[in-house]
Amino acid sequence: MSNSQPIISTQDLDIGFPAKGRRKSATLVASQISVAMQRGEIICLLGPNGSGKSTLIRTLAGLHAPLNGDVMLDGHQLNQYANKHIARKVSTVLTDRITIGNISVYELVAFGRSPYTGWFGSLNKKDEEIVEWAIASAGIEEFVNRDVLHLSDGERQKVMIARALAQDTPAMLLDEPTAHLDLPNRVEIIRLLRRLAHDTNKGILLSTHELDLALKAADTLWLINSEGEVITGTPEDLVLGGIFESVFERDSFDFDRSTGSFTLHNPQKKPVHLTGDAVPVFWTRRALEREGFQVVESNGADLQIHVQDKNNAFEWEISNGNIDYSCSSIEDLIAFLRR
Amino acid sequence: MANRTSDITPQHKTGIKPLYFVLLLIALAGLFLVNLALGSVDIPVKDIVHILLGGESTTDAWEKIVINIRIPRAVTAIFAGCALSVGGLLMQTLFRNPLAGPSVLGITAGASLGVAIVMLAGGTITSIFAIQQLSAMGSWVIVIAASLGSAAVLLLILLISLKVRDNVTLLIIGLMIGNLTIALVSIWQYFSRPEQIQDYLIWTFGSLGGVPLDQLWILAIVAILGSGIAMALSKPLNGLLLGENYARSMGLSVTGSRIWIIVSTSLLAGGITAFCGPIGFVGIAVPHLTRSLMGTNDHRVLIPATLLMGAILLLACDIIAQVPGSTTTLPISAVTSMVGSPVVIWVIIQRKNLQASF
Repeated sequence: MSNSQPIISTQDLDIGFPAKGRRKSATLVASQISVAMQRGEIICLLGPNGSGKSTLIRTLAGLHAPLNGDVMLDGHQLNQYANKHIARKVSTVLTDRITIGNISVYELVAFGRSPYTGWFGSLNKKDEEIVEWAIASAGIEEFVNRDVLHLSDGERQKVMIARALAQDTPAMLLDEPTAHLDLPNRVEIIRLLRRLAHDTNKGILLSTHELDLALKAADTLWLINSEGEVITGTPEDLVLGGIFESVFERDSFDFDRSTGSFTLHNPQKKPVHLTGDAVPVFWTRRALEREGFQVVESNGADLQIHVQDKNNAFEWEISNGNIDYSCSSIEDLIAFLRR
Repeated sequence: MANRTSDITPQHKTGIKPLYFVLLLIALAGLFLVNLALGSVDIPVKDIVHILLGGESTTDAWEKIVINIRIPRAVTAIFAGCALSVGGLLMQTLFRNPLAGPSVLGITAGASLGVAIVMLAGGTITSIFAIQQLSAMGSWVIVIAASLGSAAVLLLILLISLKVRDNVTLLIIGLMIGNLTIALVSIWQYFSRPEQIQDYLIWTFGSLGGVPLDQLWILAIVAILGSGIAMALSKPLNGLLLGENYARSMGLSVTGSRIWIIVSTSLLAGGITAFCGPIGFVGIAVPHLTRSLMGTNDHRVLIPATLLMGAILLLACDIIAQVPGSTTTLPISAVTSMVGSPVVIWVIIQRKNLQASF
């Protein structure tokens, strides 16, 4: 992490909801948050459902008042700034649905220039250039004239990102930008954000539930655990230190540190020793784990499976002490093991 | 940044359609003349133009009719159409609800209550018409009472809208508050003398003919001021289309804008109701019709277009209400409902769903 001044930072920030109406005491969502966002870095905010990811993003964007402590923007208190000034420094993509029609993609992206335009919101030459740049950067040129109502979820998300880009801010905060999207769209959005962070030197924070995607894409992770603590670090450090696992600890599944993925937890596990070519081994391993086997490295297991590629046809050889069996598909393999 | 080329065509950058504005202006001028020409006495358009240009008419009576009755009536229709339509547009954007409008959310009912309370507090047996005919001061009292009444209802609904995020729930609450207000008015009616009830009932039918020439300026000030505030709010209104959080994140002052939207709508809906009585459906129908025509939700285009469309629709309704060729006139609020309801249905069916027409 560089030593330059962070765009957004907090020191011992408490977030939550103040006492109001029937809520007699304040609801603390997360406390003692000390984080910093640098230019050019992409940060993924992870945490179980209800851990306060959205509240943190809204608080950092100045849309929600903190319970205690201050959000610092360029080293100054955020709440000392006027709305317009904040809007020139921080842009957001929220989970709020856009339900209106009769507005073109271009017009929606152009709304992003609001903090710079006059009272009537007219765009000057420079504003138009920035809007066109934002449209090109988000890769939405093809449907720039379409009504916002007739966009798919993925397209709409890219349009909202373009609108945030048009706001031309050093910091960009996105609340679950990949929710409700299929895998290609999710990957595309993350790739877009990575490129933007590095090309335009923006600090980008996004919350997500895609743990594997976050591990691959983020420069830094902010983890909120169920106790409401925020832990930050490089993804790999957090995984190796076991912190990543502890945040997402559940009875029903395990985090596999060696693959960086989650496995469904199965009560009885028979050890199996799997050897063979890398690609078929990877997929065989998944099938075995789903069936409740524990794939081990050592050669001490009773059950041994060897898979090899024979002229584009795979063959599995199973030896279980006294029985030897060979088959040509994972389906057969599973059927045999179930017997 | 600038070296990127793009194929964004200029006409898509803004939704302004100059041709449509010209056509709307021509339609407005045409309907204005037709409105002046038609009535219980048919006056040729040639003579109307002549009188309007300040010339002497062939018939003295025609000149009196046009200047003292028909011009105030047509000008009232234009201002009322503009004001109610823009009021409805503001409501629809503020609540992000395509069914919002001054009459649906009980704002018109609030104005009626304001007028009713003035009558009670005055303790006189004078009717609303009598007060209106007193003087310009009397008109101001009614306008202020009606505006306060509508502002009270609108504030109540706004307070509830802070708690209730669901639009349908809010709409139902708005309808109930409207009912409650009407109930209060009917209690007042119950304890009133028959002739007052009759006056009130006539008032609820709405009338564009009740504003004398020397009081038109009050109506004009109210309508122009309210519409002017609305125009000045174009940018925050556009921001509010994306919801409050987005509006705020783009540097707009949401709280300030909300207050000004309320001020403007109360002035528009309250002021017009004070002068013309409750005129329903213009506020809901015209913004939808305008969005359909202009194909944009950009308030910088939508507000001027809505002003024109509102004036055109109410002038047309007034022509129908006068039943050309006969001496009968129909209540204007009945005509606007009969024209407005099918328009809303048509727009919804055209666009498949209500959200799409918003």
